[in-house]
Amino acid sequence: MNSNLKIFFKGIIDVSPLMIPVVPFGLIFGVLSIDVGFTPLETMGMSIIIFGGASQIILLQLFTGGASSLVIISSVGAVNSRHLLYGAVVSEHLSDLKIIWKILISYFLVDQAFARSNEYFKNNRDHNKYFHLVGGGITCWVIWQTTTFLGIVLGSFIPEKLGLSFAVPLTFLALLVNDFRKLINVIVIIISGIVATFGFNYIPYKAYVIVAGLTALVFAAILTKYLKNNE
Amino acid sequence: MSNWSLIIYCGLITFLTRFSMIALLKKEMFNKRMREILSYVPSAIFPAIIFPAIFLDNSGDFHLENNPKIIAAIIATLIGIISKNIIATIISGLASYWFLIFVL
Repeated sequence: MNSNLKIFFKGIIDVSPLMIPVVPFGLIFGVLSIDVGFTPLETMGMSIIIFGGASQIILLQLFTGGASSLVIISSVGAVNSRHLLYGAVVSEHLSDLKIIWKILISYFLVDQAFARSNEYFKNNRDHNKYFHLVGGGITCWVIWQTTTFLGIVLGSFIPEKLGLSFAVPLTFLALLVNDFRKLINVIVIIISGIVATFGFNYIPYKAYVIVAGLTALVFAAILTKYLKNNE
Repeated sequence: MSNWSLIIYCGLITFLTRFSMIALLKKEMFNKRMREILSYVPSAIFPAIIFPAIFLDNSGDFHLENNPKIIAAIIATLIGIISKNIIATIISGLASYWFLIFVL
């Protein structure tokens, strides 16, 4: 039986390599948020209250585009729908926990912590294995808050003509690197991109993120059904 | 809606998507098929941010000629395919973008 603290540190160590790409992401978020017109306090507030990179950047993007609050909130929800999957996958390992632990762990259930702890959970039977996810999640949290703060500080020194807004599509592009070699993913990516680009001016309320995302997801459902059967 | 309300609502919906399955789920609710489809969410959503930011200008019109963002995005994609590395992808894209707008 491993002690709680030992498993907690194992979580920190396991998630650490995945923190390297989070650093530029956090910096970019901090810089852009100030650039878009949020105050430093609101920017830190976003990182603490939302604590989700993709959600926060989409918030900025739609906010600058003049989207309504309702559209921004539902787009953030659409981006976050992948967390339903994470929760579903880890829930079987957490079912015996008290509600307060479930709340705490849910707050820390970000992409990187999920990826590493899910592997750990599969190979361990210890009843206290959830400390792994707490360790990984807290690591992500500290890195995210620190880089957001540094981005806020840097933001006041970086000239606008550097074109840092281009870092937004680039960051999301980089998050898809592991999908570029999979045929179904590539088709889904292209469909979503085309719907969003052509629908940008025609889909009302700046809801293009939701419309394009759902359209592409329907195609993903169809493609996985027919292409995977032939493999 | 004030900025703070917007931030709090976005935080709530983010938390709820993480919490709902952990709190409520009976294992059978999500079958293998549903999990498979949800794994495509990043591929389905992220391009909706990527493509318009590259191909459209600030007023939402197509900007296809002499657009350094398209070239930089292609370079970043190629580096991404080859390296499978997130940082290499971001840096190659930004470096080629700056090269195109400041040097050429």
